[in-house]
Amino acid sequence: MKILVCITHVPDTTSKIQFTDNNTQFDKTGVQFIIGPYDDYALARAVELRDQTGGSLTVLNVGEAETEPTLRKALAIGADEAIRVNAFPSDSLFVANQIAHYATEGGYDLILMGRESIDFNGGMVHGMVAEMLGMPSISPVMKLDLEGETAKLAREIEGGKEYLEVNLPFVAGCQEPIAEWKIPNMRGIMSARTKPLNVVEAVSEDAATKTISYELPPAKGAVKLIDKDNVEELVQLLQNEAKVL
Amino acid sequence: MSILVYIEHADGAIKKTSLEAVSYATALAEKEGKEVVAVALGTIDQGALAKAGSAGAAKVLQVEDDKLNAGIIQAHANVVAQAFEKVGADTLVLAKSSLGDAVAARLTIKLKAGLVSNVVALPETDGGYKVKRSIYTGKAFAYSEITTANKILAVKKNAVALKADGADASVEKLEVTLSDSDFAAKITSTDKATDEISLPEADIVVSGGRGMKGPENWNLIEDLAKAMGAATGCSKPVSDSGWRPHHEHVGQTGVKVAPSLYVAVGISGAIQHLAGVNASKYIVVINKDPEAPFFKAADYGIVGDAFEVLPKLTEAVKAIK
Repeated sequence: MKILVCITHVPDTTSKIQFTDNNTQFDKTGVQFIIGPYDDYALARAVELRDQTGGSLTVLNVGEAETEPTLRKALAIGADEAIRVNAFPSDSLFVANQIAHYATEGGYDLILMGRESIDFNGGMVHGMVAEMLGMPSISPVMKLDLEGETAKLAREIEGGKEYLEVNLPFVAGCQEPIAEWKIPNMRGIMSARTKPLNVVEAVSEDAATKTISYELPPAKGAVKLIDKDNVEELVQLLQNEAKVL
Repeated sequence: MSILVYIEHADGAIKKTSLEAVSYATALAEKEGKEVVAVALGTIDQGALAKAGSAGAAKVLQVEDDKLNAGIIQAHANVVAQAFEKVGADTLVLAKSSLGDAVAARLTIKLKAGLVSNVVALPETDGGYKVKRSIYTGKAFAYSEITTANKILAVKKNAVALKADGADASVEKLEVTLSDSDFAAKITSTDKATDEISLPEADIVVSGGRGMKGPENWNLIEDLAKAMGAATGCSKPVSDSGWRPHHEHVGQTGVKVAPSLYVAVGISGAIQHLAGVNASKYIVVINKDPEAPFFKAADYGIVGDAFEVLPKLTEAVKAIK
């Protein structure tokens, strides 16, 4: 059983989002980068499946040298080896091309990643990789169990879930509650230092989009407080001022 | 040239988000001098499909095959690709959704199309094809240029005004070729809450947090939601504790909502929760802690005990309905 987990290197969910260079660059000042929260769920489930079935777990990121601490954290959580495709992840197609190329060479049975990155929120890379590799794609997956060559999954749909069966190999975009996030322990952190982290060069320059500039939403005005003994006033404001009731 | 819109339906009607996508495509088609054609998969009454015309579609192609009722991603992507070729489209518009995202991702490769997701405005086409999209889970916007001839735009919910004055569309059957490999993933069952207002599409959402103290008190949330005609949601700690099902979790890693009105009760307003609600037009916060960070993101607030405020508020809402 060979599992590939693709992770993003994204600003922590509590980060203040700001831009520099005339709103053309993300401002990294004071921002802590983490494994994408959805990718973290995928990784946690992959560690469990690897432990259950034996085999290997590779973690991959498309990014520049600054993402290596994030890959080391994935190794500390339990991945056996890490791959960094040395390139700036310019768009979904570019990233999917790198993953598909690497996955073809590696012959993986299962390719997992988060349902979407929390920076660009596209949620496209898993489906693109699957289409390139001619595999089924399933997302967003909230439950994934293996019975031999068959996987049983639950996929979240609007207002509920759908249960599916699919044979390996396939690609899944994951989300909670597929597994509990794993916090690296001291042994994990120590062993991560000596696990292999290989850097490979990008294979294709193809991209289909490019981001030109950024913009912040307008600032929110001050809250209008209403006395708790006068809820009728709130209803009146919602009806006549906001016009939403 | 045509703009193709992939529409989803549920319970015998086109989903509101899909009608928003048709409305968006109609505005785009007027700008570019094109025609809007929609494609719908699975069993649904032709009269219901003709309603795509209200949002501006001239024609709806229906691929009526029972096997397509379930959201089999590969099969849907294959059908939409064939429809795209058939109508000679260069742009595909769809609503961002669980199925829509998954289908669109495969179509980017099949159609060699650049895709922009979470689109919030019509493209600017002076020197390049620039599309405004929501990023960082609603905390910012980006302008992305699509550099390919074929384009896919996944429209964010409630970002587009719904057009509803068009005449019924004509409905035509479309024959497609599907193979067994399109059905490699098999849906074995579906577990869906019925007779509830769908959270992602709701115009009003009432959410409860840990301040509700336990699942046994959720009737207070449900009563207010019922009076307002709202869907119910919850914070992550609430769904993590199993008080409410996961599909009601609103936030960074849960459902992102964009209603006209979001009412948060007993939710402190952690940044991860705000990320799921920041696209709401108006936010009401009810919390007994005046220091709760959520008040900073709110339009209206009541500092008070949810157990006292909610029954009174529910009665006050009922009084005006």
